Amino acid sequence: MPTVELRFTALPAHVRTARLVAVSLARRAGVDEEVLDEVRLAVGEAATRAVGRHQETCPDEPVLVRLTDGEGQFVAEVVDRAVNQSAVDAALPATSAADLPDALGGLDALDGELPAGIDLAVIGGLVDDVSVESGPDGSVVRMVWPVTESAPNTPSGFGARGTSA
Amino acid sequence: MDLSLASRTEGDKTVVSVGGEIDVYTAPKLREQIVALVEEGRYHLVVDMEDVEFLDSTGLGVLVGGLKRVRAHDGSLRLVCTQERILKIFRITGLTKVFPIHGTVAEAVAAID
Repeated sequence: MPTVELRFTALPAHVRTARLVAVSLARRAGVDEEVLDEVRLAVGEAATRAVGRHQETCPDEPVLVRLTDGEGQFVAEVVDRAVNQSAVDAALPATSAADLPDALGGLDALDGELPAGIDLAVIGGLVDDVSVESGPDGSVVRMVWPVTESAPNTPSGFGARGTSA
Repeated sequence: MDLSLASRTEGDKTVVSVGGEIDVYTAPKLREQIVALVEEGRYHLVVDMEDVEFLDSTGLGVLVGGLKRVRAHDGSLRLVCTQERILKIFRITGLTKVFPIHGTVAEAVAAID
């Protein structure tokens, strides 16, 4: 069961609230201080994406953010109810972090704006453990961060994850 | 923390100082400011981001849009940013290759031809 659920009207003004709540809970869960900026940005991107999708298809439906703290990890899930959105926008880009400029095709290819899917590309570049599930009635962006025990001298951050239990 | 915007001119150069959070809610204000400056014929912009506390891809999109606008008039858009947490999103998206990023406003202004 999520530790905190946040449901908000699909308006840009509320994305900041989602960021603040997520960071507050992540800090409390024990996510490393230097990783909190990543939580802030990634949850913000996912919430922005959800708001955009709702505004296109179901502006009256609230966006849902589920935050769960436990079992050595902090999980943020951003759930949208946007139906019939393109599969392209629902999938994580193949080029996650490294070479987005190539994926963008350089500045000249940009039509004054960044392409759709940039939000997921940023999330993919920030978060090691991320998945996007897309179904007929919306999508879920699930992001997981490790919670390091507060033991001094313990290696922290992403590098230690996966190599030790 | 909302967005704060201030601009001043130095000859044909304009320094836009941005503070606070640039996200999907506040980015339109930054876009309006840049559009207004370009419409006034200000084609050499320095965007000082040292007081920016948060920047997301929506904000990046506005900066890219601004760059396209000034370039259409043979202008330039330079950034001033030394904050690691802000620079990170430029690196993730590869936009460090697109924007000249300077350590100080003086350096950015001096770099304009």
